[in-house]
Amino acid sequence: MPRRMLVFTLVLCMAFVFGGCAKKEEAPKQETPMATSADGPKEGGTIVFGRGGDSVGLDPAYETDGNSFMVCDNVYEQLVAYKDETTDVEPGLAKSWVIAEDGKTYTFQLREGVKFHDGTPFNANAVVFSIGRMMKDRNLKFFGDGFDVPPQERPPEYWVSMEMDDTVDSIEATGEYTVVFNLKRVEAPFIANVGMDFASIISPTAFLKDPKAYVRNPVGTGPFKFVKWVADDSITLEKFADYWDKSNGGPYLDKVVFRAIPENSVRFLELKVGNIDICQFPNPADIDMARKDENIKLVEQPGMNVGYLGFNHTKALWQNIHLRRAVAHAINRQAIVDNIYQGMGQLAKNGIPPTMWGYNDDVPGYAYDVELAKKELAEAGYPEGKGLPEIKLWSMPVPRPYNPEGLKVGIAMIGDLAKIGIMANVTSYDWGTYLKRQREQPEDMDLFQLGWTGDNGDPDNFLAVLFDGLASPAIRTQYKSERYHELMLMGKTTIDQAKRAQIYKEAQQVMFDDVAVLTVAHSTVIWPMRNNVMNFKLHPTASVRMKNVWKN
Amino acid sequence: MLGFIIRRSLTIIPTLLGVSIVVFLLLSITPGDPAELLLGERATVESLEAMREYLGLNEPLHVQYGLFLKRLIKFDLGETIWTRQKVIVEIKERFPATIELSLAALFLACLFGVTLGIVSASRQYSIFDYLSMVGSLIGVSMPVFWLGLMLMLVFSLHLGWFPVSGRIGVNTELEVITNFYVLDAIITRNWKAFWDVLQHLALPAVALSTIPMAIIARMTRSSMLEVLRQDYIKTARAKGLSETKVVLKHALRNSLIPVITVIGLQFGILLGGAILTEHVFSWPGVGKWIYEGVVKRDYMVIQGGTMLVATVFVVVNTLVDILYAVINPRISVK
Repeated sequence: MPRRMLVFTLVLCMAFVFGGCAKKEEAPKQETPMATSADGPKEGGTIVFGRGGDSVGLDPAYETDGNSFMVCDNVYEQLVAYKDETTDVEPGLAKSWVIAEDGKTYTFQLREGVKFHDGTPFNANAVVFSIGRMMKDRNLKFFGDGFDVPPQERPPEYWVSMEMDDTVDSIEATGEYTVVFNLKRVEAPFIANVGMDFASIISPTAFLKDPKAYVRNPVGTGPFKFVKWVADDSITLEKFADYWDKSNGGPYLDKVVFRAIPENSVRFLELKVGNIDICQFPNPADIDMARKDENIKLVEQPGMNVGYLGFNHTKALWQNIHLRRAVAHAINRQAIVDNIYQGMGQLAKNGIPPTMWGYNDDVPGYAYDVELAKKELAEAGYPEGKGLPEIKLWSMPVPRPYNPEGLKVGIAMIGDLAKIGIMANVTSYDWGTYLKRQREQPEDMDLFQLGWTGDNGDPDNFLAVLFDGLASPAIRTQYKSERYHELMLMGKTTIDQAKRAQIYKEAQQVMFDDVAVLTVAHSTVIWPMRNNVMNFKLHPTASVRMKNVWKN
Repeated sequence: MLGFIIRRSLTIIPTLLGVSIVVFLLLSITPGDPAELLLGERATVESLEAMREYLGLNEPLHVQYGLFLKRLIKFDLGETIWTRQKVIVEIKERFPATIELSLAALFLACLFGVTLGIVSASRQYSIFDYLSMVGSLIGVSMPVFWLGLMLMLVFSLHLGWFPVSGRIGVNTELEVITNFYVLDAIITRNWKAFWDVLQHLALPAVALSTIPMAIIARMTRSSMLEVLRQDYIKTARAKGLSETKVVLKHALRNSLIPVITVIGLQFGILLGGAILTEHVFSWPGVGKWIYEGVVKRDYMVIQGGTMLVATVFVVVNTLVDILYAVINPRISVK
């Protein structure tokens, strides 16, 4: 009797729940293109942005995570800005800049009449303070009185990892609105770098009031000012009435609220109910549901990222190019993109995404060709895999933008390898261990999955930091090629972008010929949002910009 | 009695010391480098080294533990690795939310658990008895995660009665004084916010209450059944008292003694159960905070959070023991 009752109750529950779901399914709807309202932008209203986690902090020099940067993107500005949908650089807080002949001196002319949210006027000293506080050797010169720059709380991560201490020699305010950066070396990506979040300009007076508390009380010049932070729940921003840039008409919104909703499915439910307006990182399955919901539209943008399968080049086995080639041709990457990325991505043939300047479309990419793979394997000295030890393929334990499900990708890969006679198994560790051990290039790692999301749209930010093993023992791929290294150095020291594009194109060809890594995919970012959200665009750097968004 | 209370209270200290050692050792043998996690794929060797130095991870283990203990004595739990805030401040910000949720869940669990238990016991082997016991079996075995999502689907998406997640609506203004939102709404006489907060509280409290409710119901039922067999109940019945009076007046008081212990235990368990419930319902309490601390391998959060939960657990248990001894003086003699 009790058991029958249990079954009955369960069936009843199921019928109720799923019956309810089925009711809602309607005919699939066409994807709405970025609709622009016939009446034009509207002033006022609140946008609630649903995301997976809370911000860590709001001091841009010290943050490393997307949830912090997306708030910073609306509070702060930098000397230069990336355009709305690309990483092309345009003037930001600096209205112009001049690069000296030798490529080592940058003189920025700043905008006048710009104010911070706390009323502090924006000027050259604010720039010297904001950027200078990250320097190890504080080689700074203020104009007039200036400020005392307090000691560092902890290493400013981006400043360190972008090698800015090796790049910037001194920063000087030579006038109320003129700042000069003297570099130690020619660094072509420098302008792109100062558009990054870490180089945001902060209000020195607000910071000095209480340096420890600043991380929770940010003050910038951006279109929205910080109002309130309820830990683990929400961050509220408010329109900054004195915002300087009215050229596009924005900011239109009165308020922007960033809500932390960790569960993907719950976040999507909140969107369906209408409690949030934009839903970040939905489950792939929810995308289909979003397409069927007439109150919801989708916005998408190819991500500025690459997911790849690396070879352990430090192991003698993998110095055999035929073996690498065999692997490259054996794996059906298109199937991985179709089935595991669920179409939210495109097959990658180069180390940089196709939307980036310098992309070499002439590189053919490795075809999925089992016969060719077998031939290469035989040529490598292991016909049908005979004599080859068991291969250990490391799979990522966490989803990243460039690889939604590492383990599934790994299993698909070893299945493909088995077809040509390469016996492999999948290994995984927790993320912290994975990253740590991967760096050591241990014997028990043959192949590994990793990837990268770009910061500033410069090919150097992909090709050099990921693949130039001769530059540093810390490069995770440890691909070593004299020619490639030479090209990377040339790329860094050439200022002319057209020439740099040529250099990077050649580098991609070199990588391809050497089978440096097996690039798998560039993922596509797709976010659902309510129909009445207008003019919201995804940025390749994943920054979230509310300045020109309005609500109908 | 006083001696018992003092002795019983002093056992808290070695217990918590033991907890601190276990937590510390467990963390140190768990793989995963917080610096790597913090900086991700991009970390360079230099920035990793700088970060480890900053976090004090380069110190030998016993030095790290010593520092931890020294701070603990001063009620300083250090700074979190991720947000760089004082752990104690972060707990203060979130603890009221968890207490509020746990109390609401405990209230529901006691109300319905005890009622169900009484009714089941007084009508043993009736259809109601079967139904409620099957129900409590489901309650014990239902994953909070699944239950939470189902509640949302039914009561938020389809019926629209309750909000999906969070603690208060985005557009509801509430002046925060104690950080217990229900209390704050009452103090400021903000009835709109009061209603909004209660609505937000409903679903997570229900989800969190199912397991303790089921346990309390079963405990009440069996304890009640035992008491109902006693001679004095027979006497009461023989005197011609109504069944309701027998059950509620004579039997209930005595059957509640073991139930109180269970309720005390459940409160501690509720705090642990809140970890999943808070995660599902985006409830900004310590549970969600600890959950994320574990995912991010934030040592300071895990240490601080575990110490907090352990302290509450141990203190509540001590109080229950003392209360027990007060109700039933024979206990303290042992």
